[in-house]
Parts: sequence; C-alpha cells; structure tokens
Amino acid sequence: MQRAAALVRRGCGPRTPGSWGRSQSSVAAEASAVLKVRPERSRRERILTLESMNPQVKAVEYAVRGPIVLKAGEIELELQRGIKKPFTEVIRANIGDAQAMGQQPITFLRQVMALCTYPNLLDSPSFPEDAKKRARRILQACGGNSLGSYSASQGVNCIREDVAAYITRRDGGVPADPDNIYLTTGASDGISTILKILVSGGGKSRTGVMIPIPQYPLYSAVISELDAIQVNYYLDEENCWSLNVNELRRAVQEAKDHCDPKVLCIINPGNPTGQVQSRKCIEDVIHFAWEEKLFLLADEVYQDNVYSPDCRFHSFKKVLYEMGPEYSSNVELASFHSTSKGYMGECGYRGGYMEVVNLHPEIKGQLVKLLSVRLCPPVSGQAAMDIVVNPPVPGEESFEQFSREKESVLGNLAKKAKLTEDLFNQVPGIHCNPLQGAMYAFPRIFLPAKAVEAAQAHQMAPDMFYCMKLLEETGICVVPGSGFGQREGTYHFRMTILPPVEKLKTVLQKVKDFHINFLEKYA
Amino acid sequence: MWVSCSPFVGTLGRHWASPQAPPATSPTASASLGQSCAQTGGAGPNSPQLLQPFLSLPVGPAAVKRVPSCPESPCYVCPSQPWPAELDPAVPIPTSGPAAARAAFPPGPGRVMASSTVDQSQVARNGLREKVLTLNSMNPRVRRVEYAVRGPIVQRALELEQELRQGVKKPFTEVIRANIGDAQAMGQRPITFLRQVLALCVNPDLLNSPNFPDDAKKRAERILQACGGHSLGAYSISSGIQLIREDVAQYIERRDGGIPADPHNVFLSTGASDAIVTVLKLLVAGEGHTRTGVLIPIPQYPLYSATLAELGMVQVDYYLDEERAWALDVAELHRALCQARDHCRPRALCVINPGNPTGQVQTRECIEAVIRFAFQERLFLLADEVYQDNVYAAGSQFHSFKKVLMEMGPPYAVQQELASFHSTSKGYMGECGFRGGYVEVVNMDPAVQQQMLKLMSVRLCPPVPGQALLDLVVSPPAPTDPSFMQFQAERQAVLAELAAKARLTEQVFSEAPGISCNPVQGAMYSFPRVQLPPRAVQRAQELGLAPDMFFCLCLLEETGICVVPGSGFGQREGTYHFRMTILPPLEKLQLLLEKLTRFHAKFTLEYS
Repeated sequence: MQRAAALVRRGCGPRTPGSWGRSQSSVAAEASAVLKVRPERSRRERILTLESMNPQVKAVEYAVRGPIVLKAGEIELELQRGIKKPFTEVIRANIGDAQAMGQQPITFLRQVMALCTYPNLLDSPSFPEDAKKRARRILQACGGNSLGSYSASQGVNCIREDVAAYITRRDGGVPADPDNIYLTTGASDGISTILKILVSGGGKSRTGVMIPIPQYPLYSAVISELDAIQVNYYLDEENCWSLNVNELRRAVQEAKDHCDPKVLCIINPGNPTGQVQSRKCIEDVIHFAWEEKLFLLADEVYQDNVYSPDCRFHSFKKVLYEMGPEYSSNVELASFHSTSKGYMGECGYRGGYMEVVNLHPEIKGQLVKLLSVRLCPPVSGQAAMDIVVNPPVPGEESFEQFSREKESVLGNLAKKAKLTEDLFNQVPGIHCNPLQGAMYAFPRIFLPAKAVEAAQAHQMAPDMFYCMKLLEETGICVVPGSGFGQREGTYHFRMTILPPVEKLKTVLQKVKDFHINFLEKYA
Repeated sequence: MWVSCSPFVGTLGRHWASPQAPPATSPTASASLGQSCAQTGGAGPNSPQLLQPFLSLPVGPAAVKRVPSCPESPCYVCPSQPWPAELDPAVPIPTSGPAAARAAFPPGPGRVMASSTVDQSQVARNGLREKVLTLNSMNPRVRRVEYAVRGPIVQRALELEQELRQGVKKPFTEVIRANIGDAQAMGQRPITFLRQVLALCVNPDLLNSPNFPDDAKKRAERILQACGGHSLGAYSISSGIQLIREDVAQYIERRDGGIPADPHNVFLSTGASDAIVTVLKLLVAGEGHTRTGVLIPIPQYPLYSATLAELGMVQVDYYLDEERAWALDVAELHRALCQARDHCRPRALCVINPGNPTGQVQTRECIEAVIRFAFQERLFLLADEVYQDNVYAAGSQFHSFKKVLMEMGPPYAVQQELASFHSTSKGYMGECGFRGGYVEVVNMDPAVQQQMLKLMSVRLCPPVPGQALLDLVVSPPAPTDPSFMQFQAERQAVLAELAAKARLTEQVFSEAPGISCNPVQGAMYSFPRVQLPPRAVQRAQELGLAPDMFFCLCLLEETGICVVPGSGFGQREGTYHFRMTILPPLEKLQLLLEKLTRFHAKFTLEYS
C-alpha cells in the first residue's frame, strides 16, 4: 500500500510542489540514472524522504538563494548553450557579493593573505614591508606558524586582541575585552550559534525571537530550524524604515500569549531596508530590551556602509555603555561583524566575529564548547578579519594605496545609493526610501489587481511573479519582498547596488522600462 | 589570560596553582586536586562543576563565587563557599563618570558576573539582575553536548603553556599537544604545490612572477575562472564551485576504479564535520519512541555524540571489538539495533573507516556485511572516510563504501542510501585550518537533496579558499607536470613517516607493562588500553573524575603530554584508554612514548 503510493509519487504523480524546485540538471541526472540501472518496480521507499525528513529543516526558507536564483542559474546555462533571450547576460543583483560584481579586492589585504598562504614570499622584494610585518605576526600566532593548523575554537588569540582594539577605537575608547570576542565562519555562523544556545522551553514557554520585518532571511531560517517562535515587529516604511519602540511593545505583548520572548534581533544598518538607526532609537531599543528582559542581537555587518551625510553608525555596544551601569552591567548583547561587506567585500573567506557583553561566564563556557565541536573557523578567514580590523596606519608604506582603494569603493557605493534612490522614485508605481546604508534598495512596487490575480493563478506570491517576469524578460535577478517579509498587501523587491555605476544605470533603466510595460500589460 | 574567562578554564589551574595546592608533580601531589576544595570550604567532589561544559555529569546550582585561596581571580568551583567579606562585590556602583565605566566593563578577565542562581538579595545589592541566558535557561540540548578532543584537558594544556611562558617552573619545558590530529601544528610542512596555487589564487598579481611553476599558474587560473568575479572573495554557489565538484567526482571515479560519480551528488563543505552535521540534521524526526536513533561505533569520534546530543537524536552504541584489532562485528550491530528498537527508531548507521580513534582499517568483507545489514534493517549509511589516504599496515587497504556498494550490484547498489565524507585536514596534506571537505551522496531522494542544498544555502557557502585547496587535493599534478616530482616526493615523505610512527607507537606501547595497543593500521592515532590500579580508580572517583581522565590530567601535569582520555570517545565499562596522535616528529614521538610509558609505570607503582 505504502509502497504503491510511493511508486505513484515517484513515477507519474505530480511532484510535491515546494518553493525549492529541482534544478534541470539534477532532474536529468536522476532520470538517466533511473533508465540505466534502476529497476523501478522493486524500488523500496527510501529511508530519507520529504515525508520522513526533519520537519524543521523542511520548514526553512531562504529566499536570497531560493527558486528565483535557481531559475537565474538555468537561464545562464541556456544562454551558454546559445538559446536566444531578450538579453545577453544574467545580472545577479540578488546577493551582496561585491567581488562577483567586479569590485577589486583591496590590494593590501590580498598581499598579506598571499604571504600567509605561501610564506616563501616573505623573501620577495615585490611585497611591502608592512604587509610582511602583518603576515609574520599572524603566522606567529598560528599553530606550527601555518594557516593549515587548527586554531583555538574561539579564534587565533592575537586576532581576537586586534578585534578588541578595533572595537575600542571604533567606540571612542569604550573598552573591549578579547575574552569576549569569538571569531566565526562569517557572521551567519555566530548568529546561528548564539540563537542555538538561546532556544529552550516547550509549548507556551518556547523561546520567542523578535525579528524586524522586513528581515534578512537568515533569521527566519535559523528560527525555523531551531523550532523557535518567530515574533515579527514591523519597521515603519513611511518613516524611512525606522524602528518604532511602540511597535516592539505591541509585538512583545501579543507574543507573550503563545511563547516566551527572550531575544530581540536588530539589523543596523538595515538589510534589506538600508536604514541607519539614530542614537536615540538605539537608546530606546536598549531601554526596551532592559525593561522586557530580552537578550539583544545586533547585526552590525554593514557598519562601514553608511552613505547619507546626516546618518552615522552607532554601535549598540557603545550606546549601551554610555547609558550607564544600570544598562551596561545588565543588558546581554551579542554584536556581529564580518569580512563580507564594508569596503572589502571578502565574502568567500567566511570571516567574521561576535562580541558578547554581559554574557554569563557559564554560558561562555558552553559557547566555547559548542564552537569546539566544529573545531575552528577557517583560519584564512580569521586572517582576513585581522587585516580588516588592523589596516595600514598613516606612516606605513601601504597606507596611501589602502586608503585610496577604500575611499574609492565607499565613494562609489554612496554614489550608487543616491542614483538608485533617485531613479526608482522617477518611476510611476515605485517608491524607494533613501538608502542610508548597507548595499540594497528595497523599493515598494504597486502592482495592479490583474497582476495579483495572474500571480495567484500561477500559485505565486505577487512579487515573486513580478520578479520572475523581470528575470525572464531582462536577465535581472532580484529577490521578491515576500522572502524578507512585508506588510500584507504591500509588495517589494530587494536589489543590490553593487554593479558598476554604468551597469547599474542600465539595470535601473531596464527595471523602469519593464515596470512601465508590466503596469500597462496588467492595467 | 584570555582563556580564564570560561568556567571550566582556569579552575583547575587556579586550584592547582593556589598555595594550598601546588602544581601536581607527582600522583601524590595531584591528590591535592581534591584537597584544595576541601580546604577552601568546597563540599565533596567539585570537578563535575568545573568540567561540566564538556562532561555531562550532574550539575547542581553553580554559583560564581570567589574563594579565599584564589583571591586574584573568580573561582567557579566551590558552590557552598560564602562570599568572603573583604571581597564582597556588593559595593555601590557609581552611576556616572569613569568609575561607572570601569564597573560596567572592568578591564581584564577577572570579572565577577552574577549568576542566575546567585542569591537574589546578593543580586539586588549588586545592582545586577538575573541574566536572560543562564545554564538553567539555555538550550538543554546544547548543555548536554560533550566534546572531549577540545575539552578540559586541552584547556588545562593551554594554561600550562601560558604558565611556562610566564616562567613558572614545571617538570617539563613544553606542552606536547598529542590530543588532536593537527599535522602542521606538529611541524609538518605544507605541500608546496598546494600553497603555491593557493597563493596565486589569493593574489593573482603573482601570475606574472617567474618564481611559480607553470602548472601551478595554470591551475590557479582554472580555479579563478570558475569563481564569481574571478576572485576567491566572491561567494560560491552553496553546494560549492561547479568545476571543483566535477573534479571531486572524477577523483572518486579514479579512486573507485572507474565506478561513476555524479558531480550533482557532491556537496562541498566546511571541513567534513559540517557535512556530517548537515546530513544528520536531515535525519532528525519523531518524538519519544519514534525519535530517530543513530548507531555509532564505540569508541567514536565525539563529533557524532556531540551532534546527536545537540539535535536531540538517540545515540545507539555498537562496540568495536578490541580483542580483534577493533574490528566491526555485524552480530554486535544486530544486538545494538534490537535493543535500541525498544526506545527509538534507528534510521542511520555511522561508520568511521579508517577508524578514529581506533585506527583500524575495515576489510572488504566487513564493509559488505555492514552494507547488507544496513540494507536489511533500512538504515541510512554515513561513511566517515576522512582518513582514506592514511593506511599504513601491510595487508590493509582502503575500500570506499561507495565502491563496495556499487560492486555488490542490485538491490544494494541502486537502493542503499549512503553519504560518504572526505576532508582536506588529514591525509598527507593536513590542511586543517582551511576547512575544506565534501560529502558524496548515493541513492539520496532528489527532493531531499534539494532540501539539503536549501539548508546549506542559509550559510551561503563553504570557505572558498578551502574549496580551492580541496580541488588541488583531488586533482594533484600529473606525471608530466613540472611540479609532479616535488609533489610526489613531499607526499611520500609524509606518508612514509606516518607509517614509521604508527609502527613505533604500536611497538613501544605493546612492550610496556600495563599498556596494550592494537596495531595502528591507519588514521593518525593510537588508542592504547591502560591498566589503572584500583587505588587510582578510587582516587579518581573521590575527585568525581573518570579514572582515565584522572590519569591523563596527572600525565599532563607531570610530563606536559596532552592526550585525550578514552572516556571522551566511549569504551567498554571498566576499561581505560587514551587517544594519542602519532603526529609529532619521529624523534620527539620516541621521547614522548618513553616518557609516557615511564609515567604509567610510576603512576601504577604510586597507586598500588
């Protein structure tokens, strides 16, 4: 009976619809494997199937690399095979991956990394002395003076010291303790690790985690996987996506009926929203967390990416410290940073760190234990992190070139942020808040009723339908707002501002033309 | 310094370094491990508390308090010790100014933080509230996780190193870390070709340098071509760079004598550990009697027990046969499975071959029997094959589960679900720090494969330098390439030395009275059995320590040799072992083995 059902499922029955369709190639591989060797009739049900697998994992969604990105991959393959399209290349504006968009690595960073990777180069005259000095220092802190050894699970000692010194400088002298720094495999790893430790309880006492809507979908994905309760608080689109403490109050009150809200996640500068929180806002949030006894997670990976002249990045750690001991000795905080964003955009190295404040010493022990099961973060990523927090200083040989490269990247990003905002706001039916920081525009799109109907007929979220059409007609890959969360009845998409200026202009023009056409078509 | 912030770190050290308890230089001295707490008012065995993060011993309410004997730092050991008045932190906290800052963020590690279980009036006087995240409120599954390879003994080793640097006199001049398979930390040189290509990838300006061989340049260009923006700094797709997956598939085909491997079934990972956790995560389901059970060998590599604890899966132990060189016996698998079916639903079987920590290499017959068993009992197979290049014993040969499975033909070959893991960390390259690895899945439901890809995509991608390194491991220079000779020479040198060290270790241990050691057929460890005298066992019990933990701690204090007690890997009750890597350079290893056997003899004498 069960077997027969399984055969139907595998054979001619309709495939289970899921947001994660199978890629063409794996379907083909599977089919050919079946034809070659698989006696379909005697096939037993597999041990691990969609029905029998971990339901929490099944519930996970991750739009940034979801179906639209898989579709983009398929289209690229078709282009390679010479299939005609109304465009010649796919532009991946779905993910904050600067170097994939042509941004050049920072020379100094790569010089030090090359020296660490292949120390024979330390004798080469083509590397500057300050790069060699840093490479030697990093290598001396590595087991066997090699990037190939495991590091301590918390990260290489001297790099944690450099991170602490960086934070102290950044925060105008507020002390940071290397003991409180944990190097991680990108910021994502730190965020999921700390959430993992926080989740407990069952039923109404299950841990609730407050996240902004729109959010970066790592949060919802990890919450699903850990079977925690997602508690949404909405950012205020009318007010440049600002965070309103009354909304936090509403969300926490409602959540208390069905879970135990214990954690509050903040993304500043915002992803996908690009807002930069004011100092006052941060103080309010900290006060709220103190009042409600919430553990604070501050995702600050875009701390170097602030463009609006009237905005400044304030770290949660600094504001917390300056609010006085009642807060600074009580509120538990974890703050995250990464090598992937900023001006360096070294995503592939998976470098990152987490600073914890007021973490219970026993929990620190638990944290190190948990990290130690995975042995250590990639040591090359740790080294990259070191260079980010310990860049050339005035007087050093590489300082000038380093500063020039850094300023050029950040200057360009600021220009593109303004350009994007301006162009989107010229399009009827698109409204875009100022991109104060981060790397994305998250414009609101007004979709006609007929388009919403058409989407429903395709069993798609309306903005997914819109983004799919955009991809198919223009080759531009953006992520629908439904993947990040949005107020019901509103539609958005997230687009990175990373393509080079000229290309970005073309992209924006194409989106504009597409949008106007789309409005006409579904009017 | 930095290590002393965590509760299990520093406590041992502080106690042992305190005036009442000088560093243990003999078994008699190390007996003061217990005394220090007794003298300072601690009741009974305190070790469960200090070792708690790594050992699932019962933990009472653990308050964070100072002990008069260690005034310079907080002591987390003695829960019943009242706060000494002169150290009472209940001083009013200034509300503003620099003093307030110091109170909130005192410099250095010696800070005292309120615990959830600290007396509430104390908390009130302190101005400190109960924390959100405490041992009591945290994820109970994470709390149950144990990981001995980096457990308390390693933390103590770190402290000893620190003390040596500070000039504290010890009966040894250096700590030898034989606890973890970390070849380069033990002085093994990286393979030149690997690092040349990687450096070229990292800094492509070097492609113009005359100091790099052409084949290295060609390889670097090929890898960069496959990277987004031709840079290691771009994210790759979540399953890994397509080109590298193809190279891995070709490697597997060559290794398995032509049995095809599909790149779509290969997923690159952050070391093998990451992939193992991912596959196990997919298998979690059910509650109570239907909760997923996973069979793992005993002794095992503690990643497995740690992951099962974290995921709330049921660990089902099957014992390897120490009398038969740690062979896997299918009758024992049957026994374990039958017993487990009473309380869980066993759905997966983990096999480590070559074995860690046991070093055995499975015969082809054994692998066939395991596959037949898994098929009959409907178990998903996980084959941890990270030591596939590390086989030393004459007559032993590595057979991959994939190859044997395919050669067994249908129904096994077309139905048995299998995941096989490999890594850049072991073998001849020992590139642990790069966290490169892969999993190949066989007969996995394509829909589940998509779910796995989705799960991996949440973490974006494995580190790209690690992927690049893996590429070189799976497609090393060919005989006609300029780098071939040097590469081959370096590779052979590492493997030959490992083989010599495996023989030496086995030989020295088997000659020592009270120690017996199976042949180290493969991998990088020896897992000898040690006889411990009853009085040592008793002493350990008084201290609340596993007897082999007690032995290893004493060994570390007296000789600086850091090995991991067998209790961290699992062993038959009443037997004691430790795991030691064979990675130190030959001469150092010889010395280490002599020291260790001498220490064991002395230890036995002192406790007889």
